[in-house]
Amino acid sequence: MADSIDVLSTLKVVYTIYAWIVISLIAWFAYNITRDGRKEGAKPAIFYTYIAILVVIGTGLHFLTYHTVPWVPYDLNRHKITPDKVFHITYKDHNITIEGEVPMLIHCGDRVVFDVKSEDLTYGFGIFRQNGTMVTQMQVVPGSRNDLLWIFDKNGVYNIKSTEYSGPKGAYMEVKDAIRVIGCMEYDRYSMK
Amino acid sequence: MSSFLERLMNGHEGGLKHEGMTPMQKIALRFVVIGLLFYGLAALEGMIMRLHEIKPLPMIDESHFFSIMTVHPMVGIFGSSYMIVFGAFLFLTPYLMKKPIYSVKLADLSWKFMAAGTFIMWLAGFLFHYAPLYTLYWPLPVDFEQFSLIGGITYIVGVVGIMIGTFLFTYNIFKTILYTPPGWEKQPSWELFKSAIGIEGLLNFFRRRKKEHLVPLPIAAISRGTIDMGLNAIVISSAGVLILIYFLGELFGASLKDTWVDALLYKNIFWWGLDLIADGLVLIFVAGTWYLLAMLISGKDLFMQNIARAALFLEMVVSWTVWSHHLMSDQGQPNVLKVVSGEMVTAFELITQGIAVFITLVTLWRARPLKMSNELKFLLGGILGFMLAVPAGIIQADLGMNRILHNTQWIIGTHVHVAILVGLTMTLYSAIYVLLPILTNNSVKLYSQKLANLHFWLHLIGGIGMGAFMGMAGMDGMLRRAIYLNGEYSTYMILAGICGAMLLVAFALFLYNIVMTIGINGLINIYKPATIQTNEAIPPQKEVQ
Repeated sequence: MADSIDVLSTLKVVYTIYAWIVISLIAWFAYNITRDGRKEGAKPAIFYTYIAILVVIGTGLHFLTYHTVPWVPYDLNRHKITPDKVFHITYKDHNITIEGEVPMLIHCGDRVVFDVKSEDLTYGFGIFRQNGTMVTQMQVVPGSRNDLLWIFDKNGVYNIKSTEYSGPKGAYMEVKDAIRVIGCMEYDRYSMK
Repeated sequence: MSSFLERLMNGHEGGLKHEGMTPMQKIALRFVVIGLLFYGLAALEGMIMRLHEIKPLPMIDESHFFSIMTVHPMVGIFGSSYMIVFGAFLFLTPYLMKKPIYSVKLADLSWKFMAAGTFIMWLAGFLFHYAPLYTLYWPLPVDFEQFSLIGGITYIVGVVGIMIGTFLFTYNIFKTILYTPPGWEKQPSWELFKSAIGIEGLLNFFRRRKKEHLVPLPIAAISRGTIDMGLNAIVISSAGVLILIYFLGELFGASLKDTWVDALLYKNIFWWGLDLIADGLVLIFVAGTWYLLAMLISGKDLFMQNIARAALFLEMVVSWTVWSHHLMSDQGQPNVLKVVSGEMVTAFELITQGIAVFITLVTLWRARPLKMSNELKFLLGGILGFMLAVPAGIIQADLGMNRILHNTQWIIGTHVHVAILVGLTMTLYSAIYVLLPILTNNSVKLYSQKLANLHFWLHLIGGIGMGAFMGMAGMDGMLRRAIYLNGEYSTYMILAGICGAMLLVAFALFLYNIVMTIGINGLINIYKPATIQTNEAIPPQKEVQ
């Protein structure tokens, strides 16, 4: 199953290629605009094909990720999925309190829900690997439902950080080694201890 | 006096001849000069934050760092971009409509309110370390355990000043388009209004006989963007009033419960308003400015003008319905809003901005060969900036990608800073180069073309490079509103810092070039009353070029 590192590695390659294409295009345009040559405008067919391509890219991206990024379907169908385990976490006074044992022990492939409550400010809930890369995140809004369903398919030990600014006092909100995933065939090589 | 001092004081080849300038020419330049100074301040603040992200600076603690982060975007957007745009549009609206501005006094008051408001708001961060960020997520702005009351009140007073300046601008622009100047034949106000905001263009789609547009295309862009600006000012002012009520309660010993305000609903309303800037007026104004610049540079009519008008109207409607892409990581936000507003409507921005890129480039292409002037090269830089930044925004406005990109450096680097620094700022530099001779009645000659070229390349490479390295750090997990003490992302941050330094040097070169062009005396004279008393944009005896 693809994880955030796989998805972001793909993004890095695709976006870098795209960036060099548009930089080259503008450079080519800048060079040729100063030279004499054909001056006619674009034919309507070219314009409408271009628009069609933009429509396909703009909307196609979402269909693509729905079918290739694992967490999109279960994010959208969250209300239909019964979790195997729910972890309750409370944010208050710039502290993160996990109910029950720490680290939170998760079995491979279990559908777990992180049910997070804020008793004062808006915070963020992010799961991070040992090398600092992000696994997933959500906002933690006071008075609102903040529950994130996630499935882990690699063994590893993960940290929790607040991903939203909650004032200077919240600059370093983190619980090290808050999650431990066991029972998988594969190990998360960026998150082993 | 040495020749350097002589040029510094009096400008290149005699510098600015201010005697023949109209009040509107002077006011436009006042806006631009103050806007550029605030840009310099925002760039300095950005550089301080860049250095702190490389290695935390001992003299800056958390509250200081985040207070810089709070005022940096406010100074950049309201103090710089808004000011330059206001100055340009308050001049261009009467200039393009070929009628006097409704009120010179209101225009003059506008820059004073904007400048004073931005400065007061900045003081709230500098003196009192008030730091709820521009997002003002409830109830952080009224967290009196972290922030002082005096800091909060100062901040709100500053924002009020900015909003008054914005309302004055909005009123003056629409009045100028619609009113009948004294002694003129009665103007068709309602017809002008319909043409300006796009109703006429929309009706033309269903008419056999198309009605002629009463306002030029750039005025249509200015009007539609100004509507978003007015709506945004209403939302920000309302949030300001709410926060002020809590401040006053605290001041008089009657602390109000912050739970009386629903944080998620507040976030929705606030982002609806805030997004009218980022995904509304910026894109509309930029598209309109590109069209105007393309016409002025090429000397030709705009290619596919009707499509351009329709796209501007579509962009305005899109800007009213697109806010939810900022709440895709909020689990309480309904999925239907995340998908329809967050993903699908946002995708329209790729189309509307794509149309603007296409039409601008084809308009220029039809006039080839063109000289690679400063205005043309900065315009192409601006177009490139949006070609890079808009798709980055579309990518992060996807449910799958947002889950792993939200609040990372990708958002603020690859998307926001490339859009603002490369896309918007380079477009504004192009507009400045186009407007400089018009605003100064051709009385100034650029001091150094070499410096202008250096400014261009340093700004372009620095802007794209900084966005790229911030984006790479974001993909490796670096958050946008966090401090890292152990050099976790120092390689990316050093590279981004080098690019940031290029941006700062680029601005210093530009400022030096402009000061040497106009001269310090010329700059001072901009702020002296005009000797010609007229509401016309340019001196009456001169031909409109």
